[in-house]
Amino acid sequence: MTQSPTVILGSGLAGWTLARELRALSPSHPITLITTNAGDFYSKPMLSNAFALKRSVSALLQTTGQQQAEKIGVDLRAHMTVTAIDIENKTVCCDRAQFAYGDLVLAVGANPIRLPLAGATHVLSVNDWWDYAVLRDRLDQVAPSRDPRVLILGAGLIGCEFANDLSVGGYRVDVVDPGERALERLITPTDSAQLEAALADLGVTFHFKTVANAVVETADKRLAVTLANGQTHVADVVLSAVGLRPRTDLAAAAGLGVDRGVSVNSMGQASVPNVWALGDCAAYPGLSTTEGAVGTPRVMPFVLPIMTAAKAMARSILGEPTAIVFPPMAVRVKTPAFPLTIHA
Amino acid sequence: MKTYLCIVCGFVYDEAQGRPEEGIAAGTLWTDVPETWACPDCGVAKADFEVVEI
Repeated sequence: MTQSPTVILGSGLAGWTLARELRALSPSHPITLITTNAGDFYSKPMLSNAFALKRSVSALLQTTGQQQAEKIGVDLRAHMTVTAIDIENKTVCCDRAQFAYGDLVLAVGANPIRLPLAGATHVLSVNDWWDYAVLRDRLDQVAPSRDPRVLILGAGLIGCEFANDLSVGGYRVDVVDPGERALERLITPTDSAQLEAALADLGVTFHFKTVANAVVETADKRLAVTLANGQTHVADVVLSAVGLRPRTDLAAAAGLGVDRGVSVNSMGQASVPNVWALGDCAAYPGLSTTEGAVGTPRVMPFVLPIMTAAKAMARSILGEPTAIVFPPMAVRVKTPAFPLTIHA
Repeated sequence: MKTYLCIVCGFVYDEAQGRPEEGIAAGTLWTDVPETWACPDCGVAKADFEVVEI
């Protein structure tokens, strides 16, 4: 009897990294990777500072899915939509095929949170290379002669990084955030003030303690964004960067435990055997407090935790149960105007 | 010989070892690694590496 493969859902950094770690440990273990797109590999952190560095959209794609599959030794099933997971029969059901699995890894990522505002269809968000290609296309369409402007919703990591990148790239940028300061949940008020000042020098204007209510297309094909504070700002592109929500629909429909993300234990295993979750879709166990209580589940949408988790998970899947131990993490904020490193 | 750390994912480039599988011979200094080279693990650019003492 042939060994059922480890089936990985998703071709982002999590999916490809796990495939590579499995292959490094076992030259023969069968791996199937199913993805809705072509499976092309790119570096997501490089999207938010590519504009000022004049990196073309196509140059950001580093390896095609086919090349990745051949290099690692993976049965790549591209452009395929998973419709259901049948836990009992250990089968993944797709729109035009079914795959039996020995182990199943959900590496399906997260969706950008969409704010419920009028005219939301005019608002872009960027969480992958394909989104980014749309953003760059829109930016390229703006006539440079008319003081091109971008309005960003959210003054978090991604919002600030894009504000820096696009203002250096020649766009005037407005940033709207309901909080009181930039990177409010990550850095001190002093650092926020310095970051805001450095970005202001580049032409970035912050609008705190307010939210966007509506986006309306104007007669001259620009966008008018009305804020809750009564102001209206004109922009050529409106970009939303207000956070991510783990993709949990498939897991929930299959009866897996879900709490914020797909609930996993310290090895990354979901609530049933032989099913795992990795990367932005996973919710790792909360940290224990000194009183012994367990905190709320943690989503860790950064690169380093993916690398750490994938290494341990590959061992566990191959029969050597290995707990994921996250090292202290330093996240560099790609705001060259005021470089910051956050220790989490 | 120095080592360089990818501050995004933790990959380490060791000058003494190079990356022979990518055509970068053992002993290749960091400055001689092509600017187009990317982190083999997470794909970020050479500029996102920092020198580290290990």
